[in-house]
Amino acid sequence: MNNIITTDRLDLYYGAFQALINVGLNVEQNKITALIGPSGCGKSTLLRVFNRMNDLIEGVRTTGSVKVGGEEILGPGVDLVSLRKKVGMVFQRPNPFPLTIYENVVYGLRIHGEKDRKVLDQAVEKSLSSVLLFADLKDKLSSNALSLSLEQQQRLCIARLLAVLPEVLLMDEPCSALDPLATMRIEELMLELKKRYTIVIVTHNMQQAARISDECGFMLLGELVEFGPTKRIFTAPKDKRTEDYITGRFG
Amino acid sequence: MMDARTKEKIAFNVLLALTLLVILPVALIVGVILWRGLPAITPEFLFAMPREGMRAGGIFPAIVGTFYLILGVAFFSIPLGVLAAIYLNEYSERNRLTRLIELAIINLAGVPSIVYGLFGLGLFVTFLGFGSSILAGALTLTIEGLPVIITATREALNTVPRSFREVSFSLGASRWQTVRHVVLPNAIPGIMTGAILELSRAAGETAPILFTVAAFYLPRLPQSVYDQAMVLPYHIYVLSTQVPNVSVKVQYGTVLVLVGMVFLLNVLAAWIRARLRKKKTW
Repeated sequence: MNNIITTDRLDLYYGAFQALINVGLNVEQNKITALIGPSGCGKSTLLRVFNRMNDLIEGVRTTGSVKVGGEEILGPGVDLVSLRKKVGMVFQRPNPFPLTIYENVVYGLRIHGEKDRKVLDQAVEKSLSSVLLFADLKDKLSSNALSLSLEQQQRLCIARLLAVLPEVLLMDEPCSALDPLATMRIEELMLELKKRYTIVIVTHNMQQAARISDECGFMLLGELVEFGPTKRIFTAPKDKRTEDYITGRFG
Repeated sequence: MMDARTKEKIAFNVLLALTLLVILPVALIVGVILWRGLPAITPEFLFAMPREGMRAGGIFPAIVGTFYLILGVAFFSIPLGVLAAIYLNEYSERNRLTRLIELAIINLAGVPSIVYGLFGLGLFVTFLGFGSSILAGALTLTIEGLPVIITATREALNTVPRSFREVSFSLGASRWQTVRHVVLPNAIPGIMTGAILELSRAAGETAPILFTVAAFYLPRLPQSVYDQAMVLPYHIYVLSTQVPNVSVKVQYGTVLVLVGMVFLLNVLAAWIRARLRKKKTW
């Protein structure tokens, strides 16, 4: 199996508070890896280690090792632009820019210096097709992205990310602002996307993790309590705390 | 003894009456200025040079001087204030230096305006040798107005949702690209509102321009930034205290022009803000 993300003895501190404790896990290529656990357990923080988004928060200190595609990404000398192109992120609330649909999709490309109209047009078609929006939106590419439904907005945000050709998609509770039907459709999309991308998803919805993920990690108070194939985690958890959580005894 | 309801009625009416008192000075000022100044406003008054020792003719040079001065203030204070605000808001970490800068800004806002005037006289007019000039006056007003522009810009930047910045960074954009393409475009209307309000305040300032730019009387319009200029606030002072036998009409007319100028700038700012509110959908 091909590990695309590996962490080893990863600790993360917000000032004096330790938010991640000795986390070691492997994320396999073209699989969906889910991180579950109660609020505040550190699952979003862990996700944000993979594209160094925690750097935006003052007073964060990370030690240990995190490798993406075999390359160490902690430490000061890392090229964050190429890391973030490779490891993209979808956020909890759909957050398109108040621009046209077209401009939203090409934002990343423009930032990275692409000016050729043809290349941009192709990227828009390809990215929107990947999230199954192109057929619906191809005639209204110049309307404001904020006029779309929440589900469409979230798809657009995924398309905006796909346009910069990432390898890993980090998804931070991507369905928490959506209704059940929209959630189902986004889940179908994720199953489709994993053929070409590696997905790491944070969710507080255990059913969602059970439905779509191949690997699953349970986190509690900053620790990765248990990590393994989703089927096994949900049917035969080894740790008592995992069992208590997935059977709904707390959380 | 009065019952609670009667007391409530009295309290309500007293409070209302006191609040209405606030309107009184504004209504009086505007009313009197309009009543006595409006008859003075003619094309000649607005667009001609003064005659008969400023007792007749127009106030064109003072209008032009004020306009040039405002342009100068905009030229210096908007870039400086906006860039400083971007640094403080988007770049700097909270440390001793930024706290010192913020303290300086707050204190700058508390300095009496005559002190700015004397500071400008010392630094720009004398030490840097600009003389009493539009340049020196604009720089003095710029320093006085910086806290307002910086604060207004930071407020405008803060209204841009954090999530926009996060997405931009997550797509590999640098800080400057994020500011340039995401934050600034969404903050510009707010920044413009703040800047225009600051310019309108600068237009009415008297003390800072007293020694740095204002001329008692000039027979011609300013030709360069190193020239002195006649400016409306100082001209009003001159007409009402320094020149004998100026007709009331001319005095009030000049006041009306200044108030009208400031009013127009404020209306412009309010209009931009209203448009921004309507457009904002996130």
